[in-house]
Amino acid sequence: MIQVNVSKQLHGVNGEFQLDVSLEIAQGEFIALFGSSGVGKTTLLRCLAGLEQAEQGNIVVNGEVWLDSDARINLPPQQRHTGYMFQDYALFPNMTVRGNLEFALRKGADKKRVNELLELMDIGALQHRKPDTLSGGQKQRVALARALASEPSLLLLDEPFSALDAEIRARLHDEVLRLQRHFSITTILVSHDVSEVCKLANRVMVMEAGRIVQQGNPIDVFSAGQTSGKFRFTGEILAIEPMDIMFSLTVLVGNQIVRVVTMPDEAARLRLGERVMLVSKAFNPMVLKLGG
Amino acid sequence: MIIDWQPLILTFKLAAVTTAILLCIGVPFAWWLANTRIRLKPAVEALVSMPLVLPPSVLGFYLLLAFSPEYWFGAWLDREAGIRLAFSFEGLVVASVIFSFPFLVHPVQAAFQNLPRSLTDAARVLGKSSLQTFMHVLLPNIKPALMSGTVLGFAHTVGEFGVVLMIGGNLPNETRVASIAIYDEAEALNYAAANFYAGVLFFLSFIILLAVYMINRRAQK
Repeated sequence: MIQVNVSKQLHGVNGEFQLDVSLEIAQGEFIALFGSSGVGKTTLLRCLAGLEQAEQGNIVVNGEVWLDSDARINLPPQQRHTGYMFQDYALFPNMTVRGNLEFALRKGADKKRVNELLELMDIGALQHRKPDTLSGGQKQRVALARALASEPSLLLLDEPFSALDAEIRARLHDEVLRLQRHFSITTILVSHDVSEVCKLANRVMVMEAGRIVQQGNPIDVFSAGQTSGKFRFTGEILAIEPMDIMFSLTVLVGNQIVRVVTMPDEAARLRLGERVMLVSKAFNPMVLKLGG
Repeated sequence: MIIDWQPLILTFKLAAVTTAILLCIGVPFAWWLANTRIRLKPAVEALVSMPLVLPPSVLGFYLLLAFSPEYWFGAWLDREAGIRLAFSFEGLVVASVIFSFPFLVHPVQAAFQNLPRSLTDAARVLGKSSLQTFMHVLLPNIKPALMSGTVLGFAHTVGEFGVVLMIGGNLPNETRVASIAIYDEAEALNYAAANFYAGVLFFLSFIILLAVYMINRRAQK
């Protein structure tokens, strides 16, 4: 059980705002922090890891107090033992893949854990290579393995998939899910990708300007409970073209391009690049705007 | 011609001692400078860079005043520790460290600044202390800069003339380094000896720099 209650002054692009979050996470949950960039998702993650100081609040993880601003308790990152996966992976360039994992082991830990993780992540063949010689997807696996090598009580993933192409991303989603269940480790993922959140998380927290404005099951949150469709897809609008009295929408769903028809008043509310949900209801697909 | 090897030996002894001290204080200082957020940082940086623009004679003049037992710092040093820095090898070492400081600090500071911040963060999250992070993560990843800083500091000390002349004078076995010996022999119209010292310095400097560029080229591959 993790209880978090933090506030901190942030300097955003649009001026100052207050990060003010309180949340409770059960053991083994997979949480996604969702929101556009600059709303404080990464800062919240860094506060949890101890890399940034919350001005006020408390963090209690499995009964252990990590932060209590009233009692002036603030454990340094070294004593929190989180597994943190950075956006740029932050692999140590001077060490081999194996070296990176061994460096991450806790004092006195069994070196067998390194072998186990190399095998689990299917990176045994890369163990003597340096990070600079690896592809993006390979680096990502190594970074995940390294984060887990230190036997963390909490796994923090800071947009780790954003730099990868769709196919590798999908494969790594599966890996993360598999490992998360294998170690049944409580995980928090920062993401601004709806499909990723729906696939991985069992609870999503939507953040806006430093606050959690909505939370719940990802599908329910993103469709905002408006539909009872039989099946639905999320996608990105590639083109909006008039067609007689209707409008034709070209939407990218996964790797497929789908063309659907919509009404003019509906089309007027949509912009290129926006994310939408396609819902098949009875016989005509409906298009619903997603997120904020 | 009987060759006096002393000036050359003294030069390389001075450069070696200076470089060792530079590494011990310059590398931590460069790390501090790369990470500090104090307001005085521009002033500190300007001060460190002063030897790059000042004529060596200016620095030498003030160091001479500072080291002189006639004035308060020199007097204090003489009284408390019995050390006289003016016209001594120790004085040359102190002056050389100050004079070559920016040649080591600049490349090393730049390299520290270019390391992604996330490397330090990652090491901290993995439970490593600041010292462990510094030794195992930061230092190994700035090796080329460390290398060129060390060599530049060494080479610059070998090439020093003005400061040595001001505060060291020309005492055999104590402060008579090769660059001074060249000047001295040339003034005495002893061109063969001057040519010998000059030739050795020229050749060795070229070899040292060549080695640095070759190592750097290999590091880039």
